[in-house]
Amino acid sequence: MDFSNILPALPSMMDGLWLTLKLTVLSIIGGVVIGTLLALARLSKYKFLAMAAGFYVNYFRSIPLLLVITWFYFMVPFIIGWVTGTNRPVGALTSCLIAFMLFEAAYFCEIVRAGIQSISKGQINAAYALGLNYRQAMQLIVLPQAFRKMMPLLMQQSIILFQDTSLVYAVGLMDFLNTARSRGDIVGQPHEFLLFAGLIYFIISFGASSYVTYLKKRTTV
Amino acid sequence: MISIEHINKWYGDFQVLTDCTADISKGEVVVVCGPSGSGKSTLIKCVNALEPFQEGRIIVDGISVGDPQTDLPLLRSRIGMVFQNFELFPHLSITENLMLAQQRVLGRSADEARDTGLKLLDRVGLKAQAAKFPGQLSGGQQQRVAIARALAMNPIAMLFDEPTSALDPEMVNEVLDVMTELAQEGMTMMCVTHEMGFARRVANRVIFMDKGHIEEDCSAVEFFGSPRGERAQHFLSKILHN
Repeated sequence: MDFSNILPALPSMMDGLWLTLKLTVLSIIGGVVIGTLLALARLSKYKFLAMAAGFYVNYFRSIPLLLVITWFYFMVPFIIGWVTGTNRPVGALTSCLIAFMLFEAAYFCEIVRAGIQSISKGQINAAYALGLNYRQAMQLIVLPQAFRKMMPLLMQQSIILFQDTSLVYAVGLMDFLNTARSRGDIVGQPHEFLLFAGLIYFIISFGASSYVTYLKKRTTV
Repeated sequence: MISIEHINKWYGDFQVLTDCTADISKGEVVVVCGPSGSGKSTLIKCVNALEPFQEGRIIVDGISVGDPQTDLPLLRSRIGMVFQNFELFPHLSITENLMLAQQRVLGRSADEARDTGLKLLDRVGLKAQAAKFPGQLSGGQQQRVAIARALAMNPIAMLFDEPTSALDPEMVNEVLDVMTELAQEGMTMMCVTHEMGFARRVANRVIFMDKGHIEEDCSAVEFFGSPRGERAQHFLSKILHN
């Protein structure tokens, strides 16, 4: 084992890590926002809306992420071109971001739905009794409490998402893992580079999940 | 002020309310009592449309509650409601609990909402707790805050749904005292409660319900003197012996 070649490769690997983190954070934000809207739709009294959201969630939870990433890579430029009427290439990063957001939204939806359902009917009644409308009751009373309760689950899902971003290698994006792999290949030391990449993934994921455990303990006391 | 006319309500095949009719005039205090499962809480929740009903009419201050055209948030903002489990918002401080609906529903400024809230908090004897969170207060204190929160909206009437049932015995009186004071000031009140002492002292009228039906609707003096129906007599003898 010879780890001396890793140091010179660090700057490009940091670029890769930056891309990985960017993908993760933006996908979490988009996924939680879309997932919350989906959850509200699934709990809606309008049957059609609830069914459509339910179909969306079940569909995306039943197909592999890798399929969604490659499929969107080919589909998204077409769709955007069709919608905007221009023929501009969108690039792998955009298509991957959209794929992650839409895919993860299905998982975040189920977490948010459980969170909303954990808030008692009495709280909603109290909000309505004071004259709040549906939107205000959700935004001011139900969702703030629900998000507090589901924070550990949301973070757990986000850690999985962080690891799953490595699948972007399929469409040639140079994320952290892909950069480490290619740099390792160039110098003929793939094992050392993959071990190093694994260590970094471990530190970030394990650090985050330890923090989740700490949060869980604090919120249950 | 509140007029309940021939209300029928079903949960699926099960009829929870049968032909309920009652009138509550301005300034009147009406206690609704009866065995558990008799539909008292369901009836009081129909008054501000927290529970829908299939037949009949409820008119509050000239507005029909069941009418699909009715602006329910506006109507509800004018009727205060106090719940069995207090239902303060646990993620907000006491002051924020008092301010929220004043700002969001009535459009009051933060300063005005805070002033009104603190004044009412002082009235229920809890000014010192303003910065705390609901979880830090006792049940009795939380219920007094809940009453203050409802009063902050300047309601034309107050609904109480078993306000003391979830309280430890030593805290019941502090809540009843606030309610009694409110009644003496002329607030229109509809109270679902098992507190017969409160009913005797404060209520103008007592409504006795059993199996979703209003069995008795008479003055408090009459009710406690000699209830007409057998079921009411039975209920009273059971509850007063305890």
